[in-house]
Amino acid sequence: MSQFELQHVTKRFPTVTALDDVSFSFQRGEFFVLLGPTGAGKTTTLRIIAGLEKHDSGTVILDGQEVSTHTPAERDVAFVFQQYSLYPTMTVYDNLAFPLRSPLRNTPEDVIKVKVEEAAEKLRITQLLKRKTAQLSGGEMQRVAIGRAIVRNPRLFLMDEPLSNLDAKLRESLRVELKHLQKTQGSTTLFVTHDQVEALTMADRIAVLDKGRIAQQGTPDEIYDRPANTFVAQLVGTPRINLLPAARANGTVRVRGSCVAVPAPRASCWASAPRTCARLRAGPAAPG
Amino acid sequence: MATIELQKVEKKFAEAYAVKPLDLTIKDGEFVVLLGPSGCGKTTTLRMISGLETVTSGKILLNGKEVTWRHPSERDMAFVFQFYALYSHLSVRQNIAFPLQAQGVKNDEIERRVKEVVDILRIPHLLRARPGKLSGGDQQRVALARALVRKPAAFLMDEPLGALDAELRESMRAEIKNLHVAQHATTVYVTHDQIEAMAMGDRIVVMSKAEVQQVGTPIEVYYNPANLFVARFIGSPGMNLVKGQYAGGSVSLHGGNRYSVPPAWTSRLGSALGGAPDVILGFRPEAARVSPQGALNGEVYATDMYGGHTVLHVNINENEIVHIRSDRQSSYPMGTKVRFDIDPAMVRFFDPRTEQAVRGENPPSAAAEVS
Amino acid sequence: MARFEERGPRLPVAQATRVDKVHPRARTVRVLVALVSVVMALVMLLPVGVMVISAMKTRADVMSSPPKIFFKPTLEGLVLLLTDRAQLSEEDQTKMQALADQGKLGLFARIALSTGMEITGPSAYVTRLKNSVIIAGTSTVASVVLGLFAAYAFSRFAMRGKNDLLFFILSTRMLPAVVVTIPLFLMYRQLGLHDRHLGMIILYTVFNLSFSVWLLKGFIDEIPKEYEEAALVDGYTRMQAFFRIVLPQAVSGIAATVVFCLIFAWNEYAFALMLTSQRARTAPVGIATMMGRGGIEWSAIAAGAVGFLVPVVIITFALRKYLLRGITFGAIRG
Repeated sequence: MSQFELQHVTKRFPTVTALDDVSFSFQRGEFFVLLGPTGAGKTTTLRIIAGLEKHDSGTVILDGQEVSTHTPAERDVAFVFQQYSLYPTMTVYDNLAFPLRSPLRNTPEDVIKVKVEEAAEKLRITQLLKRKTAQLSGGEMQRVAIGRAIVRNPRLFLMDEPLSNLDAKLRESLRVELKHLQKTQGSTTLFVTHDQVEALTMADRIAVLDKGRIAQQGTPDEIYDRPANTFVAQLVGTPRINLLPAARANGTVRVRGSCVAVPAPRASCWASAPRTCARLRAGPAAPG
Repeated sequence: MATIELQKVEKKFAEAYAVKPLDLTIKDGEFVVLLGPSGCGKTTTLRMISGLETVTSGKILLNGKEVTWRHPSERDMAFVFQFYALYSHLSVRQNIAFPLQAQGVKNDEIERRVKEVVDILRIPHLLRARPGKLSGGDQQRVALARALVRKPAAFLMDEPLGALDAELRESMRAEIKNLHVAQHATTVYVTHDQIEAMAMGDRIVVMSKAEVQQVGTPIEVYYNPANLFVARFIGSPGMNLVKGQYAGGSVSLHGGNRYSVPPAWTSRLGSALGGAPDVILGFRPEAARVSPQGALNGEVYATDMYGGHTVLHVNINENEIVHIRSDRQSSYPMGTKVRFDIDPAMVRFFDPRTEQAVRGENPPSAAAEVS
Repeated sequence: MARFEERGPRLPVAQATRVDKVHPRARTVRVLVALVSVVMALVMLLPVGVMVISAMKTRADVMSSPPKIFFKPTLEGLVLLLTDRAQLSEEDQTKMQALADQGKLGLFARIALSTGMEITGPSAYVTRLKNSVIIAGTSTVASVVLGLFAAYAFSRFAMRGKNDLLFFILSTRMLPAVVVTIPLFLMYRQLGLHDRHLGMIILYTVFNLSFSVWLLKGFIDEIPKEYEEAALVDGYTRMQAFFRIVLPQAVSGIAATVVFCLIFAWNEYAFALMLTSQRARTAPVGIATMMGRGGIEWSAIAAGAVGFLVPVVIITFALRKYLLRGITFGAIRG
């Protein structure tokens, strides 16, 4: 039984069904990525897990515990938003200390100091502790936001596209840092993104979300090598996969209008997917 | 059609430089990209060209005529914003027709041009819709249509793809470039994403901290970066830059590695460094190849799977990590010792004191292979 | 997915940057426009100036025609405003004069003596002023506090018929005071709230509530809800999140709302006239009723008006930064 699980979660808004019977699971210590284009339902999923939205049906299990009725405070998760994570009126130190100062925890100030400095050290922001958040750059702000999540040592990190608002180069370096941090801390992380490069390089396992439905779940290798349908196939990989219409006859698959033919693998498939390194691979494809 | 010229254009806020004196000539029909991290001055430069920002000193010329003080509307340039700036209370058709109405063009002419532009951008089905209801990509297409319909002398684009999904960014990149080629329009494009710059630009102006670091074609900027900043900034991941000491034809790196300088460089390296031994060795991830007989060695620290290829993070000493590109089938668990070689045609050297590149005798040809 | 809002609060542009606004020719135009504005401002401030001058004139100077520009300033008007006096007989006047020469009389008493009067006690106006302070102050605090909680609820929570409710609240402001005054008078009479401080406070609070709810909702809408959500996830209750996070950020909005509510309650005349008589009468009505009581003491009225202006001007000036934000609802963007 997986420690973190969503079982048949559905969420309907007045105009649209955001999540339709979504189920996936991951283990403690895993870096799990939810990948999908805008509007696929990624943020809604995160908010349901955090308790900021109520789902219409299904169960949410965190660390083996059913939390569907728990308040956000009771769930012991940390949320890193895409932007507006930091309180502009406080210094960096106070921002990092904020989660620990919550009346729920009642931590003494000297313990707080130790924990804050520890977290600042890990994210290399010790020199920024006295600054006001308004004076920080975008990358520094996101580091502090991540620091604020770390400082509590929660059982689950929820990250909603934290790198999307950063410059391309900054994104690259922070990506590596985040992955490294996660591996050394062993923290369970659910990371949401629309960027497939981020997904492939950072994830232990990926779930691809398409209009509120899970299109495929698996390791980055599986998603890349054996996409379950054309949506996933086209989403992942730079440059994009080539999809050519083909017809099957007598055990071979022949690309329409050309003389390219490949031995047909099994069952019914009419799209073949050669990759850019010129290896012809026929993948099982869904009609449509 | 337009040639844009910037002569010693600078922008200061109080005493601080937002853009240091800049000279740039943009030829007719060229696609020039202003590339750099946040705050480097690229957007300010673009806004000065458009007239939305004043120039502290210097001149801006359009087709040889000075336009430094002309009102933005009189410069015949169209601006495309990152957040579209579409009028949410008007339909798409009215949005596109807006600039023409402002110019006083006749109604049937407006209809004709709107239809033309909407066909080019493949959004005829959206004419009646309100911008608020459209997806990001469609909204940007409408913004492009609105710019295109004016048939301006030049297009100025401020990170137009920044607000889009990664997937959409790729396809819109190709669309914009195609548009540029079909219209033969002079375009100045601002971005912080070097992949975009490399894919789209005829020439790239790399900027950092208000200063131009290098101007060149993508090939030039990639294979012959003028300084450390450009070397690091261009390329994903950027160029590996390793410190070392040069003596007697080879560079000793920290951690025991020794790299033999290729003959093409031995003659000029010593004098270029002014006799000082400190040097920075540069090579791109694809210039290095893992091989059992490699001259350099290190330990695998991490692997990045990109799908079609892998990038190894290799520790060559306790402080320095280099990135080496490898094919996707290779699997290197953490801690594996590897040996690698550097392609002599692709190695570069930099002077650590000036941060400038040491000039090679022959820049490699554009046909240099990238696997 | 990057959202289409800016990253963080934007500050208004400090200086114009567009070409046509900075061009030398444009600058001359701007200077001319400024000059004209100054002249117009002076013209508009003239009545206020006259009022201030009148407050400092003697009874005789005030009435003189043509009006005196050069005069000897005196505090007579203030004395007339703030004190009740009685006429002194000839011999009492001499006795008082003797006291004055010995330095035993206060400033006000001496001024009263110069017109042949002695001070018998504070005038009714002083009470009126006190009433104004109590009523306006309390109702402002009440409407801002209640409005703040209501605005937060409207901004953050989903509820059925929210828009209708908001419109209903706004609509209370659409009624002119005159229309409602008679029913209110009858109601207050019944409830025993007529001419009571509590009655006026309740009335002003309710009237200001619509304005404060709308204004504060606009400000709170601008504060991204991610801030509180992060706090909720971190273990704070909504109330704690409200006090520690939303309130500090809404301070400028609250200041703007306070100023607007205060100005309304302080200057309110129509309701005060109808619904108060002796006990709870406020200063605006007090000043107006001074006219027609056995001769018009212009200097007193002028003094009263000036004195009434001053507190509001001081507060507005102190909070002027926030007022600008309040008027534009943060619509100024960099």
